[in-house]
Amino acid sequence: MASEIKLQTPVTAEDLKPLKAGDKVLISGVIFSARDTAHKRLTELLRQGKSLPLEISGQAFFYMGPSPPPPARPIGAAGPTTSRRMDAYAPLLLAEGIKIMIGKGPRSAEVIAAIKQHGAVYLAATGGAGALLSRAIKKAELVAFEDLGAEAIRALTVEDFPAIVINDAQGRDLYAENVKRFGKDCREQNMMNQQNVIKT
Amino acid sequence: MRTILFEDIRRKVKDACIAANYILDDDLLASFRQSLEIEESALGRETLRQLIENARIAKEERIPLCQDTGSAVFFVELGDQVAIAGGLITDAINEGVKDGYRDGYLRKSICHPFSRKNTGDNTPAIIHLEIVPGEELKLHFSAKGGGSENMSRVVMLNPSDGAPGIEDFVVGRVWESQANPCPPIIVGVGIGGNLERAAILAKKSLVCPRPGDNPDPLLAEMEGRILEKINCLGIGPAGLGGRVTALAVRILMEPCHIASLPVAVNINCHASRHREIII
Repeated sequence: MASEIKLQTPVTAEDLKPLKAGDKVLISGVIFSARDTAHKRLTELLRQGKSLPLEISGQAFFYMGPSPPPPARPIGAAGPTTSRRMDAYAPLLLAEGIKIMIGKGPRSAEVIAAIKQHGAVYLAATGGAGALLSRAIKKAELVAFEDLGAEAIRALTVEDFPAIVINDAQGRDLYAENVKRFGKDCREQNMMNQQNVIKT
Repeated sequence: MRTILFEDIRRKVKDACIAANYILDDDLLASFRQSLEIEESALGRETLRQLIENARIAKEERIPLCQDTGSAVFFVELGDQVAIAGGLITDAINEGVKDGYRDGYLRKSICHPFSRKNTGDNTPAIIHLEIVPGEELKLHFSAKGGGSENMSRVVMLNPSDGAPGIEDFVVGRVWESQANPCPPIIVGVGIGGNLERAAILAKKSLVCPRPGDNPDPLLAEMEGRILEKINCLGIGPAGLGGRVTALAVRILMEPCHIASLPVAVNINCHASRHREIII
C-alpha cells in the first residue's frame, strides 16, 4: 500500500510535487463543491472577463452535489460524481489556479496534460460511498449560485477527507496503469468460475 | 373487484424510496464480502471495505448510501381485478415519490433538459405499467443513479452478428465505462423486441431482479461468458484496477423483427437500490 499523505488547503504546486499516482491523501481545510452547471457558469464568467464569486487560486474542487442535510448534520451523503463531464471546463480552471480536483473516473488527455502543465493533481474519492465521505465534512457554507440547489458551490470544511491520487503532476495515470496491470487474457481466467456472485 | 386505496399506495411508495436509499440489500452486502476474498488488488479490497462500512453508516445513521438518490423508476404490475380508489395510480406513485424524497432528505435530481431547472421534488417518476391477471398490485421500485445510467447504450446489431456480436457489444460497453458507473457493477442486458423494448428489458432485469439463475440455459451460459470476460478487463472496484468489475450479468430476451437484432446494456452501480411493494 502506498504512503498516506496529509494535505492542507489551499495548496501550491510545490506542495503537490511529492504526490505520486497511487498515494493515499487525507485533505483538511476547505474544499469547494462544484459540478456541471457551476462549472459552466464559472467558465462563462471567465470568458466574459468578469470576476468569480470565489478565489480559486490554490483551491480544491470536489465534483459533488450533496443530498440535503438531515437535522443536526452539516450535509447529507456527499460522494463524487463522474469527472469527465467537467473535462470541457477543467483546463481553463487549472489555468486560473485550481490545484486539486476530486471526482471519480478517468480524465481526458487534455485535462491530464493541463494537470502536468500547471503542477496540479486529480484525486478520486470512492464513488458511491457518500455516507462514509460525509463524515469527513464538518461544515458546509453556501458560496455561490444558490439557485442551483444541490449543484450550488459550497465551501466544505473537511478533516482528513480520504482520496487517492489518480493523475499526478508528472503526468502519470493510476487508472490506466492499474487496469493494464490487472487486465488478463480471458483464457487464463479462473478466478470467477463463471458464476454470478449475487443470486437475486 | 378488489379496492386498493390511493393513499395506501402513496405511503408504501414513500417508504420504499427511503428504505432503498438508506439500506443496502443483504445479498449485495454478502457479495461485497465474497468479493473481498476474490479481489487481488489491495486498492480494490480497500474500496470493498469502504463500501461495507458505507452501508453500515447509512443504515445506522439513516442517511442515503449515495448522494445521487436517483431517478425514481417503477415497473408496475396491476391486477385486472384491482380498482384504485381515490385517484390515478400514476398520481399515487408520483405523490409517494415527492413525500419520500422530501421527508427522507433525498436529493432531487430531475431537471429540465435545456435550462437544467430542477423540478424540485424528483418527479416525474418513470413508470412502466403492465396489466396482469389477478387481484394484486405489485410495484418494483429502483432509485437509478445518473453515473451508471450515462454509461448505458442501445444498439441495433445485424442478425448475422449473433451471440458473439452481443457479447462483444456488452463487454465493450463495460470497457468504455471504466470507473464511471461505480464498479463493481451489475449489468442488465435486453435482447430483442425493438429499440425501446430492448432498453426496457435491460432496465427491467435490474429493477425486477429474478431469483436464482436464468431459466433459459442458453442465456445462463451467455451471462456466465460475459461476466467472465468483464472480470478479465482489470477495471476492478472503483475502477482502481482489480478482478471484481461486475457482480452479475442479467439478460432478458424477447422475439424481434427478422431484419434486426436490438441489444441494450443498462448498467447499475454497486448499490443497486431497489425494493418490491406488494399490495
